[in-house]
Amino acid sequence: MTDNKLLEVEHLTMRFGGLVAIDDLSFMANKREITAIIGPNGAGKTTVFNCLTGFYVPTEGRLTLHADDGPRLLERTEGFRIPRNKGVARTFQNIRLFTGMTVLENLIVAQHNRLMEASAFSLAGLFNLGRYAKAESEAIETAKFWLNKVGLYEQADWHAGNLPYGSQRRLEIARAMCTDPSLLCLDEPAAGLNPRESAELNVLLQSIRDDQGVGCLLIEHDMSVVMQISDHVIVLDYGKKIADGDPDAVKNDPAVIRAYLGEEEDDELPPEVAADLHLDPNAH
Amino acid sequence: MDWAYFLQQLINGLTLGAIYGLIAIGYTMVYGIIGMINFAHGEIYMLGAFHSLITFLICQAAGISGILPLTLLLMLFVSMVLTSIYGWGVERVAYRPLRGSFRLAALISAIGMSIFLQNFVQISQGARVKPMQPLVEGGITLMDNGKFDVQLSYMQIVIIVLTLVLMVVFSLLIAKTSLGRAQRACEQDRTMAGLLGVNVDRTISTTFVMGAALASVAGMMVTLYYGVIDFYIGFLAGVKAFTAAVLGGIGSLPGAMLGGLLIGLIEAFWSGYLTIEYKDVATFGILVLVLIFRPWGLLGKPEVEKV
Amino acid sequence: MASAFASSRTNGPEVVKELAFFAVIALMMSVMILGVETVDRPTGLELAVRWDLVLLAIGSTVVGRLGLIFRRENISRLGQAILITVSAVAVFEMFVRFRDMDDRWASPVFLDMAFSSVVSVIVSIAFLAIIFAAAYFSMKDKTAVEVDESAKLSSKIQLMYRSNTKKIGLIGIIFFIIFPFIFGEDRSAIDLATLVMIYIMLGWGLNIVVGLAGLLDLGYVAFYAVGAYSYALLSQNFDLSFWLCLPLAGIFAASFGIVLGFPVLRLRGDYLAIVTLGFGEIIRVVLINWYDLTGGPDGISSIERPSFFGMAEFSRRVPEGSIGFGELFGMDYSSMHRLIFLYYLILALALVTNFVTMRLRKLPIGRAWEALREDEIACRSLGINPTNTKLSAFAIGAMFGGFAGAFFATRQGFISPESFTFLESAVILAIVVLGGMGSQIGVVLAAIVMIGFPEMFRELAEYRMLIFGAGIVAIMLWRPRGLLSFRDPTILLNMSQKEKVAGEMK
Repeated sequence: MTDNKLLEVEHLTMRFGGLVAIDDLSFMANKREITAIIGPNGAGKTTVFNCLTGFYVPTEGRLTLHADDGPRLLERTEGFRIPRNKGVARTFQNIRLFTGMTVLENLIVAQHNRLMEASAFSLAGLFNLGRYAKAESEAIETAKFWLNKVGLYEQADWHAGNLPYGSQRRLEIARAMCTDPSLLCLDEPAAGLNPRESAELNVLLQSIRDDQGVGCLLIEHDMSVVMQISDHVIVLDYGKKIADGDPDAVKNDPAVIRAYLGEEEDDELPPEVAADLHLDPNAH
Repeated sequence: MDWAYFLQQLINGLTLGAIYGLIAIGYTMVYGIIGMINFAHGEIYMLGAFHSLITFLICQAAGISGILPLTLLLMLFVSMVLTSIYGWGVERVAYRPLRGSFRLAALISAIGMSIFLQNFVQISQGARVKPMQPLVEGGITLMDNGKFDVQLSYMQIVIIVLTLVLMVVFSLLIAKTSLGRAQRACEQDRTMAGLLGVNVDRTISTTFVMGAALASVAGMMVTLYYGVIDFYIGFLAGVKAFTAAVLGGIGSLPGAMLGGLLIGLIEAFWSGYLTIEYKDVATFGILVLVLIFRPWGLLGKPEVEKV
Repeated sequence: MASAFASSRTNGPEVVKELAFFAVIALMMSVMILGVETVDRPTGLELAVRWDLVLLAIGSTVVGRLGLIFRRENISRLGQAILITVSAVAVFEMFVRFRDMDDRWASPVFLDMAFSSVVSVIVSIAFLAIIFAAAYFSMKDKTAVEVDESAKLSSKIQLMYRSNTKKIGLIGIIFFIIFPFIFGEDRSAIDLATLVMIYIMLGWGLNIVVGLAGLLDLGYVAFYAVGAYSYALLSQNFDLSFWLCLPLAGIFAASFGIVLGFPVLRLRGDYLAIVTLGFGEIIRVVLINWYDLTGGPDGISSIERPSFFGMAEFSRRVPEGSIGFGELFGMDYSSMHRLIFLYYLILALALVTNFVTMRLRKLPIGRAWEALREDEIACRSLGINPTNTKLSAFAIGAMFGGFAGAFFATRQGFISPESFTFLESAVILAIVVLGGMGSQIGVVLAAIVMIGFPEMFRELAEYRMLIFGAGIVAIMLWRPRGLLSFRDPTILLNMSQKEKVAGEMK
């Protein structure tokens, strides 16, 4: 199994001032697998993503991406370099599309680095030399491929901001895939989707895993998505890993159930809070 | 080292700094509450200077300028009231309709307002420098080492004391009154404050009015201290006061005052010991350095980027 | 009166209260700044009272407010227009009276005088009619049919404009090319056209930075100054020709942009604006004080004029060893030759700026600029280096500013720090914003409106900046994104531009 590993997170710790968002977290994600990270709100899931994609520099720990050309240390890579050369791509919890640009333009911007090289940093492009024209038509082909894949071909010339919510989610995934990553990080892709859209999303993610061979890291609250498609589930609570394993094992893990449903902890309430609760007639 | 010279620069710097600090408070409060740079704030300060000058001239014409405390109080009061209304009007006309529009629109509108006010005063009052005779004369000689007298003029005392008083009153206003509470609530979350029954429009208007009142005091002080004003004084003072607000940490009241004092001191020492020509470069240089290395300022808190 | 308000939200007493409130505000705002003038006398300042101005200010405010109430309550469109007209005339009269005070000069449109002659009567009536018509037709009338009609009309115009931008641009270019043939002998027309063209070029240059990359630069004039001074200094100290200095000036300005931009481009929008403003001022202060190099406030004079591509000279007395332009083409000497040549030179420079911008927009770098304007965080997650991308926009914008500066220096023959104040930056920015950020044709329109009109009405020079400031505010309130603020996609897959626009209109 070791040669199949894609991402290795070792002793990751992230502190903001006194707040410990992630505490000594270690886990592994494999190639051609969907790894789900779940946990209650505020468990530090998005922070893990932000560390992986270079938005935060971790306080401690090592993040290794085993790309085709050898291991890369993500925590030492500048944020904007992480997606390059089959790196890590991501989507955002609150969709971040270029809303004023068209759907197609969104997908072409995602192929910026390849095109930039082909245009010799704009010099060749300025005079429309053949090399750039060829690269651009390739980029359009890639974009078309993903447009078909997410079912947005007809809307290619729409402004991205005019798409319905579910389509925006899919477009964001397509855009991330256009960077040609080896790891795709999805931050709550099913949030706000209706059951039908959610089912379509499952198919899309499975196809990304099986047909494109891209490993996925998935933050999700929708358990129907998590349990159906993930190969491996990691559960976080208060920045710590409390469970790790295949979906069925995790589902029945007592620690997980406790984290989600809580335990009888009336006695542990601070005295002044407990007093308030008792004074309040509406308190349950 | 010539301590007498040093002390004199220190006094001058503190006086200047008090004036910058008062203007800076307006920037910092407005930025705190609506997150925009009130580019026309320098012009408000200029209007304050003009209002106090004209009030003085009216007092003179009415023959009551001999009673100095009365004249000074009248100048202070009239200038504060009239200038505040300009502050209110600027917000109402140029910013309120653009609240919620995209960021740069409000800033550009503010620049337009600033140009408008500047030229309005230029046309209505003339482009020439307006002189004003010194009202508060004399001072205390603190030190005399034979070749150099260290003077603390009564005017400087008035400026520093008045600034301190205003600062105290103001801090109490923000900390203790319901108005201050509404203001702090709007700074945190305008929508939520509105839902909880805070009159957001009125709170923002009040913020502009308070900032304008303080700027008008600064304008009056400058009129009395330097004895010359013109329609163009707002631009430079505005940029410097903004620098002060950023240096202290934008959004923080004590920060604005501290930043103002620092800018005043830097300017005084720079022109006292280095070159007077490049004193503005020094201020702008500091602004750039602060923004690059510590954009949250001395007393502000760094923002964590939300992704 | 009361019956007119019967059906509406606001009743009579409330309206009176509202009007009284605004009357008091207007009184307080005008009582000193307008009502009292400080007059310089040998003995010191004295006061002159002008209550008429205060009355006009209050009157215009109250009438204007009543007009707005009419509009808010949707009462008689005619009434709205009349009120707004009266208010506008009062404001106008107010400003006319400023001049009267100082006896600066008597204006032909000064109302009191205007009615004294027949021509003036016609002029004034025309003036009133224009305001009235403008007020009448800009009033929104809420009857559904008319709103529909006007919306249809405006979308028709939009569709026509947006599906024919190329043609409109081409017509514009042809017009500017044949312009000297129409006004060939009119020196002032050519001068004015050249001036407008400089601002068009500056606007296009700044449009890259502000319009495409979304970086608010309040110190653009610094690069203009760098270009102007580098040409002036290179030509004076090293005797280099204009044609060699032009690219050098661009390169200097661009390197300047990179050096200044590198540390500050990571700042947020409005901080960036203030820092660039600071840089602009620093450069100006240095220009004023570095006497040995820049000549200080006196500036640099007798800067060399450009030759005809090194082949011929434009001066009357041709130096030894070269020939005159007239001689070269077998024409008599005319001082207009140089002016027309300068006009074509700036036209060519501006068109190069335009061509490069249009082309860059369709290249990865241009798309990255626009993407960065939309969402910087998303850009980073796609592997775009935000700093370098912004820097390239900054540098390219600066380069065109530098070209324009070199042209300015050679055209004027004299430069001084006076020409490079913050106001100049504000004017260029206003051109970009007024035109509609990112719109190339918008910049042309805005430059004509902002530079051309004020120059044509030179008599109004003292009000120019006042109107200019008020205009910026008004345009921001009316259209926060500028006059022609449509973004056309850089690439389309399934439809034509016309279909795309038509689809958006629906």
